[in-house]
Amino acid sequence: MSVDVSARTYWTGYKTILIKEVTRILRIWPQTLIPPVITMTLYFVIFGSIIGRRVGEMGGIDYMEFIVPGLIMLSVITNSYGNITSSFFGAKFGKHIEELLISPLPPWIILAGYVSGAMFRALTVGFLVWLVAGFFSGFFMNNVLVTLSILFLTAVVFALGGFINAIYAQKFDDIAIIPTFVLQPMTYLGGVFFSVGLLPGIWEQVALGNPILYMVNALRYGMLGISDVSLGLAYFMILLFGAILGSVSLLLLSRGTGLRT
Amino acid sequence: MNALEVRDLRKVYRNDVVALRGVNLSVAEGDFFALLGPNGAGKSTLIGIVSSLVNATSGEAEVFGISVRKNRSRAMAQIGLVPQEVNFNQFEKPFDIVVNQGGYYGVPRRLARERAEYYLKKLSLWDKAFGPSRQLSGGMKRRLMIARAMVHEPKLLILDEPTAGVDIEIRRSMWKFISEINAAGTTVILTTHYLEEAENLCHNVAIIDHGGIIENTSVKTLLGKLQVETFVLDLRAPNRTLPEVDGIEIVQRDPTTLEASIPKSRSLNRLFRVLEEQGVEVISMRNKANRLEELFMRLVGIGEEVA
Repeated sequence: MSVDVSARTYWTGYKTILIKEVTRILRIWPQTLIPPVITMTLYFVIFGSIIGRRVGEMGGIDYMEFIVPGLIMLSVITNSYGNITSSFFGAKFGKHIEELLISPLPPWIILAGYVSGAMFRALTVGFLVWLVAGFFSGFFMNNVLVTLSILFLTAVVFALGGFINAIYAQKFDDIAIIPTFVLQPMTYLGGVFFSVGLLPGIWEQVALGNPILYMVNALRYGMLGISDVSLGLAYFMILLFGAILGSVSLLLLSRGTGLRT
Repeated sequence: MNALEVRDLRKVYRNDVVALRGVNLSVAEGDFFALLGPNGAGKSTLIGIVSSLVNATSGEAEVFGISVRKNRSRAMAQIGLVPQEVNFNQFEKPFDIVVNQGGYYGVPRRLARERAEYYLKKLSLWDKAFGPSRQLSGGMKRRLMIARAMVHEPKLLILDEPTAGVDIEIRRSMWKFISEINAAGTTVILTTHYLEEAENLCHNVAIIDHGGIIENTSVKTLLGKLQVETFVLDLRAPNRTLPEVDGIEIVQRDPTTLEASIPKSRSLNRLFRVLEEQGVEVISMRNKANRLEELFMRLVGIGEEVA
């Protein structure tokens, strides 16, 4: 008797992709979980402790505390994006993505499985960075719901962005270009280390066109209660990007762009 | 109901290469079907379309009456595919590869584990189940892909050259396993370069060349079309005079070996009578080539003679 297709088939398929992703992330933890924590620790030591002492306060908050949400967001963004690009492109490069393409699973389940895997890594690293931050600045929380929802949604948005990158990538260099030349500059200029109000004239307006600014500030509100932008606008921007990137990802996966001949 | 029904299937690649030119093909449920053709004939493209890895330019493919294009998920649930190239994650363990594949088809994890153990044992891979799969030999990797394709117990098993580069002992054990699967009710479609494999295992055969089906019949009927068979005769003593038999072409390969090409209309008795009259003693006789191979060469090379 063969397997028929039902909601149960999809649920089992989704769980399988997620288990496979989580197993992969935990199996290579020295590559996936430790490096971002070490990098963030260095940021806290250099920018927080050494330079931060001279900066004093930013937006009425101790500089060390001010940079904590931004650094957590930086690690969530890079790990969410990086996980899905390396995992999905690796599967495409090694041809084992065909295991999924010939299965009964529809595109949205495959996408949900990979996005969930990326979220697991991003939120785990985010949690570890939060623990490190607690060592330097103590633990603080203004609104748990806002904090968790912003982290969750940001991880989804960048997982979707990474997925599109992986679909179009032909070689490993192609998955390194966007993180290096687009994502990292946008994150650094997205108010991780400074308040956008400090930017002179037109540059403040330019910075407001950067979606990462809204994510960093929304998280800063969730953790510290301060933000350069309105919380509603931040949620709107994140959901808008999520909807656009999600639709594009599903369209590409349904058409088999870069995957089916 | 047919296990596979392909109607007017066309595939034109972006570089304007026409891989399939309106292929029509039916494979009955329970059949053991051979799809033969030279490299580049369109076999893998056809299998790719049926397994949804390749998008057809036009035409229709149905698996047990389910359209691959309109109802991909249900159609795919019926198929198990063993591709030509190794396509599993070589950093994973064979056991995990098979279990995960079961999950993609909705097989609950506990059942997938039981089936993985069963099929890996059946294919003599159990002792390698928890080691790195990249260390498996070529034959083991192919057997692993068969176990992976069977974990959801499909109704249609498609094997794209499963025994290529596999030694004869392993090949025979794979034949035995696939025959058992077929006997248990699974329809099997096999592409192979070993025509002996198709002749021994398959009931029906299609020959594809330049993107079109040039023959689609039973193996028995196809072999019936063989007009001339060539036999190799081993002689007890060196022969000096080439025997002459009307209608039979005889060639001397070496002093103790003759090759006789005999049309079906002629009797072998006449050949032996003449040889006996000339005092030539034959100690053994065999077909020069695999019969299907001979026919295949004619169909693909000089198709007009038979078709």
